[in-house]
Amino acid sequence: MIAVLAAIAALGGLALAFGALLGYASRRFKVEGNPLADQIEHLLPQTQCGQCGFAGCRPYAEAIARGEADINLCPPGGEAVIKALADLLGVEPKPLDESKAAPAEKRVAVIDENTCIGCTLCIQACPVDAILGAAKQMHTVIASECTGCELCIPPCPVECIRMVPVPRGIEDWKWPAPWGPQAPQTAAPPSRAEAA
Amino acid sequence: MAEYVLILVSTVLVNNIVLARFLGLCPFMGVSRKLETALGMGLATTFVLTLSAVSSELVNTYLLDPLGLGYLRTIAFILVIAAIVQFTEMVVHKTSPVLYNLLGIYLPLITTNCAVLGVALLNVQEQHGFLKSALYGFGAAVGFSLVLVLFAAIRERLAAADVPVPFRGNAIALITAGLMSLAFMGFAGLVRA
Repeated sequence: MIAVLAAIAALGGLALAFGALLGYASRRFKVEGNPLADQIEHLLPQTQCGQCGFAGCRPYAEAIARGEADINLCPPGGEAVIKALADLLGVEPKPLDESKAAPAEKRVAVIDENTCIGCTLCIQACPVDAILGAAKQMHTVIASECTGCELCIPPCPVECIRMVPVPRGIEDWKWPAPWGPQAPQTAAPPSRAEAA
Repeated sequence: MAEYVLILVSTVLVNNIVLARFLGLCPFMGVSRKLETALGMGLATTFVLTLSAVSSELVNTYLLDPLGLGYLRTIAFILVIAAIVQFTEMVVHKTSPVLYNLLGIYLPLITTNCAVLGVALLNVQEQHGFLKSALYGFGAAVGFSLVLVLFAAIRERLAAADVPVPFRGNAIALITAGLMSLAFMGFAGLVRA
């Protein structure tokens, strides 16, 4: 009987001690994580292009969460991301910051294959791995992967990369932007569904 | 001194926890797809194994043995290891974000890994003292990390290799693990431990 009680007391005491320790630790060492920054980062396009002025998507998300950055600084995300961020944060969507923004039409990088010397510098610069090639071999851009962030242009030693506008097809055609004083607020015109 | 060196060599190479004792096979197969994750897992395991070997040795010497509760050893060790790893995770999370980013996701994963419990029980079975237990745990973890990193490096190459269709994926990984185990048997004559 004594042995049984000793066993129960020993293991029970051990469990109680560790339970108390963990309970204390969970209060004492509580980490104030910022769930908002995680949610914001989840919405960003993860191109890590740095066009917003921050080192990547995570720092930008943290800056938004702290209220230090505006929500309209992300050119690759465009209107869709601004809308999603505005929904999440409960603020009015605003047009993309034009100083950060690439020109309105979508552009992709194109490598002039006659000039390319195969230095691989642009491959290392590309945040979305949209450039294919190997050392001393000609490189090329996968147009469907290119986000038009222009990060590959500065490293190129022979300046063989150009930005080429993508012609609007039937898939992504939009109504032209309206004129007049309202224009800056509605840089992106309403889609058909909203207009109707 | 020679005795301690012997323990280290024995646990890392001769009685390798994965390839000779076949403990901790799930992380060995599970997190060996990429070299970086294997390294992170190795670091976390080294940390947990050393800590758990020491703490369970203490519990065994000062609580279980005096009360004659040897039959509760397994359950008591599980309790101790789980609680201590959780506690360490909280402390690391609070005090060192860098270390937490490195070890974070792996720490809870290996809390009740069979290698961790196995080392604690082997320590009791072989009647190691405090220092020897710590060294045994550390050595086993270094052996685990070594094998994990080697295996991950092989698997990264296997991904690009032209493997016959029926052997692709886990089949070739298991065959590779078996061959590695065979190779490690070559260390058997190195020391008698």
